Amino acid sequence: MSALGGLSFAVPRGAMFSDTLDILDALGVDTTVIRENDRRLYFPELGIITMRPSDVPIYVESGAAALGITGKDVLLEQPGRRVLELADLKYAGARMILATLDGVDPTIEQQRRLGRVRVATKYIHTATEYFQATGRQAEIVEVKGSVELAPLTGMVEAIVDLTATGNTLKANGLVEREEIFVTTARLIANPVASSLSAQVVDDVARRLRELADRA
Amino acid sequence: MGGALEPTTTARAGDVVRLPPGSRDVLPQEARELRAISDGLRGVFEAAGFGEVITPTLEYSDVLARGVLGNPSPTYRLIDDRGAWLELRSDMTVPLARVAATRFHGHDEPLRFWYTQTAFRPVPALQGRSREVQQCGVELFGVPGYGGDREVLGLAARSLDATGLPDARIVVGDARLSATVLESAGVDAEAITAAHDALFAGDLVTLEGILLEAGLTEDRVRALGALLRTRGDASVLDAHADAFGTPGRELAETLSSLTTSEKERVIVDIGLVRDLDYYSGLVFEVVHPAIGEPIGGGGRYDGLVGKFGDDRPAVGFALNVDAVHRAQMLGATA
Repeated sequence: MSALGGLSFAVPRGAMFSDTLDILDALGVDTTVIRENDRRLYFPELGIITMRPSDVPIYVESGAAALGITGKDVLLEQPGRRVLELADLKYAGARMILATLDGVDPTIEQQRRLGRVRVATKYIHTATEYFQATGRQAEIVEVKGSVELAPLTGMVEAIVDLTATGNTLKANGLVEREEIFVTTARLIANPVASSLSAQVVDDVARRLRELADRA
Repeated sequence: MGGALEPTTTARAGDVVRLPPGSRDVLPQEARELRAISDGLRGVFEAAGFGEVITPTLEYSDVLARGVLGNPSPTYRLIDDRGAWLELRSDMTVPLARVAATRFHGHDEPLRFWYTQTAFRPVPALQGRSREVQQCGVELFGVPGYGGDREVLGLAARSLDATGLPDARIVVGDARLSATVLESAGVDAEAITAAHDALFAGDLVTLEGILLEAGLTEDRVRALGALLRTRGDASVLDAHADAFGTPGRELAETLSSLTTSEKERVIVDIGLVRDLDYYSGLVFEVVHPAIGEPIGGGGRYDGLVGKFGDDRPAVGFALNVDAVHRAQMLGATA
């Protein structure tokens, strides 16, 4: 039996990739072949499936992966997913923030005279909920690429985005105005797999928690 | 065989003829296989003394709403020619509770009903879910506690035998168990409600946060989290019998009365929470390794029939026929 007890594990590429591979190494999965094959996505011999973080919940919900790691920001953006959130792994920390151009906050004048703020984001659900919850009207504009561009060009006054260091904001003359939430990596599981393979799932969860506590 | 009834599998040219998302046609090959499943289940149910009931597809919204105890699940509504709200049934349990209370009022004998009907549920876009779900199941009215629980669990196990799913399992819990565990740990009522919501959402990180905030030590929270996550055979109920209280004892009693082959189907899950608020005791979900979500489920809902004016205990379950069908197909290669 492999280190993952024969279960499939969805691994997020992108910013969380290298830390996640380190964690898998600590679990006893030899990730050398993954590190050496950057374009290969599927490693059935290891039980590993690699994908962008926002795809991890659907693979786990459908049962295509029994376990997975993704950000809390991804889970909050996809609230209907029927997956179990087993543990806060405490790495890949970042903050969801509301940011605008530096200087006088342009959203104040917008709200005063137009009654609403235009907000660009990749996190439509998060942004919509946040403005509703805080009692302000907003026009949410979905963008897929670099969201920092949107206020610079005057398309919107504000952005909702994830920031780890704040460097990209600063480089584009933007400042954080409000923090929406803090996110970290989470271990998630398919509920059916969690019932049928309870021991393996609990064992992986326990070892990952120990690693998180030690870090 | 049936070559003329095989659908064309190549792309079609011409104008677009749409179906609503989540809806689809069932063609002869599939229909034959689905029918075989519901026929097999009908055989099990009829042999056990259950009689078929067919209820209207459309009912008055305010009547069905009586069966909604907590958050109403989304349903389809329309307005009839006299301006009344009608609703497409979103499950079969509420209509059958209405039938028991209104057509068999004052009946002392147990009522055993089975059905195979379509339930309708709004679906989120692009997630591959079905708007119409064919449910095949039973409701048993008038048999309280362990006698009724045992009968329905046994029937569920035999239903899985009849559908040829040796790998399917029945994950069993009790709707009161998580609250009992938290109460015996001294957690206050408000935190228990919040913890229940977190358990239902499957969010164990938030669950632990709630318990920490309720004043429990970190070690205690971890232990409680693990206790609520306990899954295994019936022996897990003995290991912490104190914490599991009355519902734990009742569940242990029910499970001990199952036959050996029925027991092999069962996995106990202390933290099992189902998505309908009417459950009052036994709850269970039917799972299969090839399918990522439950293929059926059921439980006890003693308060429901009384909402229609004739209080009596009730317990039942249903299998999702499409999901059973998928499990048969995928399970053969799994």
